[in-house]
Amino acid sequence: MESIQAWFRRLYDETGINLTIFYDPWDGLKYLKGIGLTIELAVLSVLLSLVVGVVGAWLQGVRFAPLRWLVYGYIQFFRNTPPLAQLYFFYFGLGALVPTTTNAFGLAEPILNNFQWAVIALSFFAGAFNVEIFRSGIEAVPHTTVEAARALGYSRLKSYIHIVLPLAIRICLPSLNNNLVNLVKTTAIAYAIAVPEALYVANQLWSDNLNVPEMMNVVLVTYLTLVGLFVFGVSRIERALHVPGYTPS
Amino acid sequence: MVGEGVMAMDKALKEPQVVITDVHKSFGTVQVLKGVSMSVRKSEVVCIIGPSGSGKSTLLRCINALVPIDKGSIKVDGIEVNDPKLDELALRRRVGIVFQSYNLFPHRTALQNIMMAPVHVLRQDKAEVEARARKLLAKVRLSEKADSYPGELSGGQQQRVAIARSLCMMPDVMMFDEVTAALDPETVKEVLNTIRELAAEGMTCILVTHEMGFAREVADTVHFTDHGRIVESGDAKAFFTSASDPRTREFLTQVL
Ligand SMILES: Nc1ncnc2c1ncn2[C@@H]1O[C@H](COP(=O)(O)OP(=O)(O)OP(=O)(O)O)[C@@H](O)[C@H]1O
Ligand SMILES: [Mg+2]
Repeated sequence: MESIQAWFRRLYDETGINLTIFYDPWDGLKYLKGIGLTIELAVLSVLLSLVVGVVGAWLQGVRFAPLRWLVYGYIQFFRNTPPLAQLYFFYFGLGALVPTTTNAFGLAEPILNNFQWAVIALSFFAGAFNVEIFRSGIEAVPHTTVEAARALGYSRLKSYIHIVLPLAIRICLPSLNNNLVNLVKTTAIAYAIAVPEALYVANQLWSDNLNVPEMMNVVLVTYLTLVGLFVFGVSRIERALHVPGYTPS
Repeated sequence: MVGEGVMAMDKALKEPQVVITDVHKSFGTVQVLKGVSMSVRKSEVVCIIGPSGSGKSTLLRCINALVPIDKGSIKVDGIEVNDPKLDELALRRRVGIVFQSYNLFPHRTALQNIMMAPVHVLRQDKAEVEARARKLLAKVRLSEKADSYPGELSGGQQQRVAIARSLCMMPDVMMFDEVTAALDPETVKEVLNTIRELAAEGMTCILVTHEMGFAREVADTVHFTDHGRIVESGDAKAFFTSASDPRTREFLTQVL
């Protein structure tokens, strides 16, 4: 630990490459916390966007037409507007409308903080794509397979849970993977509403230390590593879901 | 005393289990069933034959309410299928259907395919269902394939798993829709043997088939359909030799 710090300090002294996060414990801890928050943001919005996707795809198949229109409108809105504008819409637009509570100091405080708004905005953004991805997967499940389930007494909901979804997920895993990788990267826009995630913290650090090029590189390597880990995780899941003799079309 | 018992059993055997009365069904403007009536007694084996597009598959799908009928009545064990308040599960646990294309669930093993519906739908005890499923696998001679996935099985093996899957719901009636049409001649035999055994055990069977030799052998009654109507019906033995309707005779000369 000591020697690593010494090495980076010497690197700075001899070459001018200033990586404070590796020798200044305070900076290092701050950046680690930033990465932690990026991971938290990514995990929560990946999970929530999957829920949005599954529920949305289910609603697209219900008989009650207004619900289907609602889901259609949602998809169009979120697919065709910039995610940053969506984040502002949630945080500044809807954020102004939600009720506030009074905190310990007697000050008005919104019930959702900027981190929570970022999770919601990112989930709805990626969720819109997930709905479409799940729907295409569901449509690719042969209707004869569903008919066999119905003939065995499965209700629509039960066949969705036990047969349609497990097959649809295997069919759409590659596109799902793409969209979720995109979501992990897009967590960086939370910067715009001052969520102290990796990019935001890096900005603070390079303002303090005037080491913009160094920190820029650190930020890129950070995301590269996070996305790499994510893709590794997904490929593990892909392998776990593999069924001998079955190639999802 | 003995005589009375035999008579009671005889009566039970003759009791109609499926009664179809004047069933009409259209898809859009296409009339597929134009007033079909027939009845199937307990333990009877009924074959439905007829040219492609004459509505055979549609009729089977109407019997277990996969397709709603427009007019008429279908009663299975006294359950009226043409009823808006129909208890679909009550109907479907009584009537099993096996399709031409097997339609196994590809993400589950043979054993799991057989166990799924009784566990998920009927909420029966898993251990009990597994014991029953293994017995059925043995019955269709696939015990050693319990842990194989459908993609690892031949067509004939998949079809036998599909039959076992239907049987595990313990139905009163089994329907088979051209279950050997997609199989090569060698594996057709395995599947027909399974059906033959079921019929011999007294299972009520409704089969749609192009295997005329098999129909003649196992069927009690044959119905010939054409353009959504039953054109001719009769005792299986007599049907193939002395069919009177010209359309039936033409069809029979083509397929025999
Ligand atoms: N879901 C559906 N929607 C529209 N038309 C249908 C549908 N199902 C069947 N049909 C039509 O109904 C007619 C009868 O079809 P059905 O499958 O019952 O015939 P079949 O006697 O089983 O023929 P085959 O021997 O080829 O299996 C056909 O003209 C078919 O195109
Ligand atoms: Mg057919």
